[in-house]
Amino acid sequence: MRRIPANEQVRVSVEVNGRVVTGQAESRTLLSDFLRHELGLTGTHVGCEHGVCGACTIRIDGDIARSCLKLAVQVEGASIETIEGLAPAPDSLSVLQQAFVEHHGLQCGFCTPGILISLDTLLRNEPNADEMRIREVLSGHLCRCTGYTPIVKAALAARDRLKELD
Amino acid sequence: MKPAKFDYICAATVEDVAEVLGEHGADARVLAGGQSLMPMLSMRLSRPQVVVDITRVPHLDGMRIEDDHLFVGAVARQQSLAGVADLATRFPLLSQALPWIGHYQTRVRGTVVGSLAHADPSAELPLCLVAMNGEINLRSPRGSRRVRAEDFFKGTMLTDMADDEFIQSARFPVAKPTDRFAFREVGRRHGDFAIVAAAAVRDDTGIHVTVGGVNDVPFRRRFDGLEVHDIGDAVSELAAELDTRSDLHASAALRRQLVRSLASDTLKEVLS
Ligand SMILES: Cc1cc2nc3c(=O)[nH]c(=O)nc-3n(C[C@@H](O)[C@H](O)[C@H](O)COP(=O)(O)OP(=O)(O)OC[C@H]3O[C@@H](n4cnc5c(N)ncnc54)[C@H](O)[C@@H]3O)c2cc1C
Ligand code: FES
Ligand code: FES
Repeated sequence: MRRIPANEQVRVSVEVNGRVVTGQAESRTLLSDFLRHELGLTGTHVGCEHGVCGACTIRIDGDIARSCLKLAVQVEGASIETIEGLAPAPDSLSVLQQAFVEHHGLQCGFCTPGILISLDTLLRNEPNADEMRIREVLSGHLCRCTGYTPIVKAALAARDRLKELD
Repeated sequence: MKPAKFDYICAATVEDVAEVLGEHGADARVLAGGQSLMPMLSMRLSRPQVVVDITRVPHLDGMRIEDDHLFVGAVARQQSLAGVADLATRFPLLSQALPWIGHYQTRVRGTVVGSLAHADPSAELPLCLVAMNGEINLRSPRGSRRVRAEDFFKGTMLTDMADDEFIQSARFPVAKPTDRFAFREVGRRHGDFAIVAAAAVRDDTGIHVTVGGVNDVPFRRRFDGLEVHDIGDAVSELAAELDTRSDLHASAALRRQLVRSLASDTLKEVLS
């Protein structure tokens, strides 16, 4: 049984986008704050900090998670993927990201990192996801700009393109 | 929007959890999927001195069929229900309610048992457990005990659990081929908690409807011997018996109307 007292700072080691990194956290530090403030990975956005908006969505050990609903100390030894890890190379975009550009899937971009992680996960797990399924998964995110329709179009286009490439 | 300070304990065994709860009682909170507890910590609606994380306790994530029941371990995820073989025929109510439990994202992390422990009066899983006559298995340093669903829920976020107890598992009975189930829900948006939800069941003991989102616990009412042409009167009686109140989400009148129409739809479905 591991105990981290309230007033202590501990080292948290975690694999992020393929690299093992280490940072300091208190027991109460949210994973979203750890990623942004400790690791400098500010691509993960924080909207509501209580699980409603989905902006902070990342992948932990392959499954999606709202990073504001996890403690940093909980991911010791885990493998995390954030929006920074989605593009195949610094100067190119993933198929899904490219589709967002082409179909105006974003305006201000605040919600985008979380939505991309959710849709990327969906298309990995369910390459034939239909529009209903895409909308259902999208319902776990809030976007105040796009009205969602362009996001759905982008997701459908990415799905078709990924199938062609397969 | 940051949690107050607490000691974090990552439990390695079920005995660890019991020990921590035995020592700290109401000052400790169990952390499972975090989909309800983390928001409460961040909003400081909950300020425990100790948070005991049960997600790394081995074997607590089990979900399997055992003695004609679905056995669900404390940290089995809601989304894992989707992987239960023949869910739609063996557990029709769970199968129908599953898409209504929050969002895909929260189901991947939220646990079945965490939802039962949280005991939100609008939550789908407590409603299912009551409608299906399920059972909770509690554990504490004093030992284990079983509680029937209808005796477990005591009020809004209030259960029969003592301060040193936690839920080790829950059990949902397998449906018989002749049993009929129907579930309906109305919420503001997809993935929101229910304003009203209703589940009707017809089995060899009779007919009953369970309503969520209205009283402070899932409310079950029997309608044994009910015929289709009596449904209108039956659901009006039901709506009158419930403690319908107005709040931000719906007026009492709208709630009564929703109870009548959802109960009527579900009863028609199980009687047809
Ligand atoms: C955006 C959003 C939408 C949601 N919509 C819905 C919805 O429509 N319907 C719905 O039902 N839920 C909804 N929820 C809540 C649901 O996702 C939670 O999963 C569930 O309420 C709690 O499960 P958990 O595993 O996350 O528990 P936690 O958040 O970890 O714990 C919840 C509470 O239960 C206690 N607890 C947990 N496990 C145990 C145990 N084994 N023994 C004793 N106590 C325990 C904790 O101490 C805490 O008090 C929503 C959540 C979010 C963030
Ligand atoms: S910031 Fe995590 S869900 Fe809104
Ligand atoms: S693009 Fe602005 S919130 Fe979605």
